[in-house]
Amino acid sequence: MTAAVSVRALDVTLDGTHVLRGVDLAAAQGEWVNVIGPNGAGKTTLLRALLGLVPFDGDIDIDGLGEHHRRAARARKLAYVPQTPVVPPGMLVADYVLLGRTPHRGVFAAETANDRMIAVEILERLDLRGFGERAVQSLSGGERQRAVLARALAQQADVLLLDEPTTALDLGHQQDVLELVDALRRERGLTVIATLHDLTLAARYGDRIAILAHGRVAETGPPTEVLTVQNIAAHFGATVRIVDDPEGPVIVPTTAAGRSQAEPAPITQNGDQP
Amino acid sequence: MTATRGDDTAETALRAAGLRPASLVAGLAAVVVAVTAGLTLGPVDIAAHRVVIQLLDGLPGVSLDSGLSGAHAAIVEQIRLPRVVLGLLVGATLSMSGAAYQGAFRNPLADPYLLGIAAGAGLGATVAITSNLGDGAGALDPVPLAAFAGALISVTVSYVAGHLGGRSTASLILAGIAVASFLTACQTYVLQANSDAFRQIFAWILGRIATSGWSEPVLMLPYFVVAAAVVLRYRRALDVLAVGDEEAAALGLEPRRVRMIVVLAASLGAAAAVSVSGLIGFVGIIVPHAVRLAFGTSNRAVLPLSVLFGGAFMVVADLAARTALAPAELPIGVVTAFLGAPFFVLVLRTSRREIW
Repeated sequence: MTAAVSVRALDVTLDGTHVLRGVDLAAAQGEWVNVIGPNGAGKTTLLRALLGLVPFDGDIDIDGLGEHHRRAARARKLAYVPQTPVVPPGMLVADYVLLGRTPHRGVFAAETANDRMIAVEILERLDLRGFGERAVQSLSGGERQRAVLARALAQQADVLLLDEPTTALDLGHQQDVLELVDALRRERGLTVIATLHDLTLAARYGDRIAILAHGRVAETGPPTEVLTVQNIAAHFGATVRIVDDPEGPVIVPTTAAGRSQAEPAPITQNGDQP
Repeated sequence: MTATRGDDTAETALRAAGLRPASLVAGLAAVVVAVTAGLTLGPVDIAAHRVVIQLLDGLPGVSLDSGLSGAHAAIVEQIRLPRVVLGLLVGATLSMSGAAYQGAFRNPLADPYLLGIAAGAGLGATVAITSNLGDGAGALDPVPLAAFAGALISVTVSYVAGHLGGRSTASLILAGIAVASFLTACQTYVLQANSDAFRQIFAWILGRIATSGWSEPVLMLPYFVVAAAVVLRYRRALDVLAVGDEEAAALGLEPRRVRMIVVLAASLGAAAAVSVSGLIGFVGIIVPHAVRLAFGTSNRAVLPLSVLFGGAFMVVADLAARTALAPAELPIGVVTAFLGAPFFVLVLRTSRREIW
């Protein structure tokens, strides 16, 4: 399988801070890779570097994209769902989704009948039929996230970059969005690179997980190998229990009180049991 | 992925919020009504149909008799018509530039004077007037030329300073504010040192649509054409820019380049408008917002409709300025605010749209 995206020795420095240091990461065509890591690890910066929004050192290869290319060419290969999308006041869902056609039509041209057909098809696929003339601002959180996803899909890119797509959604809508992305990935052969905070969801919906910590890829591999008690303690500073479930590991945070009951208490220095 | 089946109902539901024919007709009607009023009303009332016939008579290959006396024909053709045309051009340019600034900076309070055009033009005019270079009337008078130069210099300095300050939109706006404050301070100093020129300078600052024949409209026309051609060409790009620089870049746009081109074109037009008509406030903010409230926020509609409604608004405001206290003339800046503010409150009250 060819790599849809491959990153080698990626270094990003922003305002004098070394945000990413020698990051290596690849996603095969049709693969879903979740990038997890504590706050400030550089997850969003990694996505922004892929999008060409920040200066970087190192190599980013995007399948089918030459070394010297225009922004529009990149936008035809990579579609982006930002963590907190800017919702322009008064913009209608139809216009918002049609923005995704920008890299195809060019900024000066009107959208074509084909652009409209694509937008209509996507709105239907995402259960947003009949939402075309509503303002994006008026949508609920779940609907809005689908509208943003619709705009990204309208780009007809091979690679979908999702930055915390489930933030601000309730559990049901989190599941809806991730199921939708998974179904679309299978239907359209999309490559998905997502950052996620919820480790259980990351285990459930990804083929592979990369832990990003202090600007480096600390671990990478299938969820069962990467999501261990030791790795989570080391990189997130969190104490968890991992419950095996047929669909993948479930990460359960533990409390200090719970730990003292469940495990033999640590032996104190003088050897007494408390 | 290619959509192969068309769904008529869904397709209709996907009507994009561009410029709709009905909106365009409304804008053109506003211009026609304003121009007719501007040509027929005044100290001498001239019937509208005679004005129309007189104007048609002026077209090459057309010979009609309007029944107007020579003096009345001269009032229409040599006094009112150039003034109406100048009002259209100045109003259209200022509101379009305002709409362009608001789109480019994604800021509802942006107006064409944001990067120091008003202060630069004010300083240029003040220096020219106090140096007795001219009296502020006439197109090739040094006063408008000095104002034009001052306006362009201040925009250029703001842009360069904003870029040095980190290239963000905020740094550009802050640079504009700093440049404007500095130039206003300079202007105040020059004004204080030449208090005998107060009246003349304030008359210039408050603005007027005064013409001496066709020289001002002819001078203004190319700037309007260039600014409108560039700004209107970028109307779709400004709609993409509405999602912010980062997302716009991820959609394939070059946000900084688009902003620079749009702002420079809008500034060129606004500088020319200011140099021929003084500092007419309010139009660049109120007209685009009224258009958004009435016709939606897409720049594909807002920019062309701001041209039409801005022109019409200025002609009506100028009509009020020259007739309200005739034969005395009110400064047009006073009229635009006096007419525009209540009108805008009315639009604000009746519209349910979210525009910002």
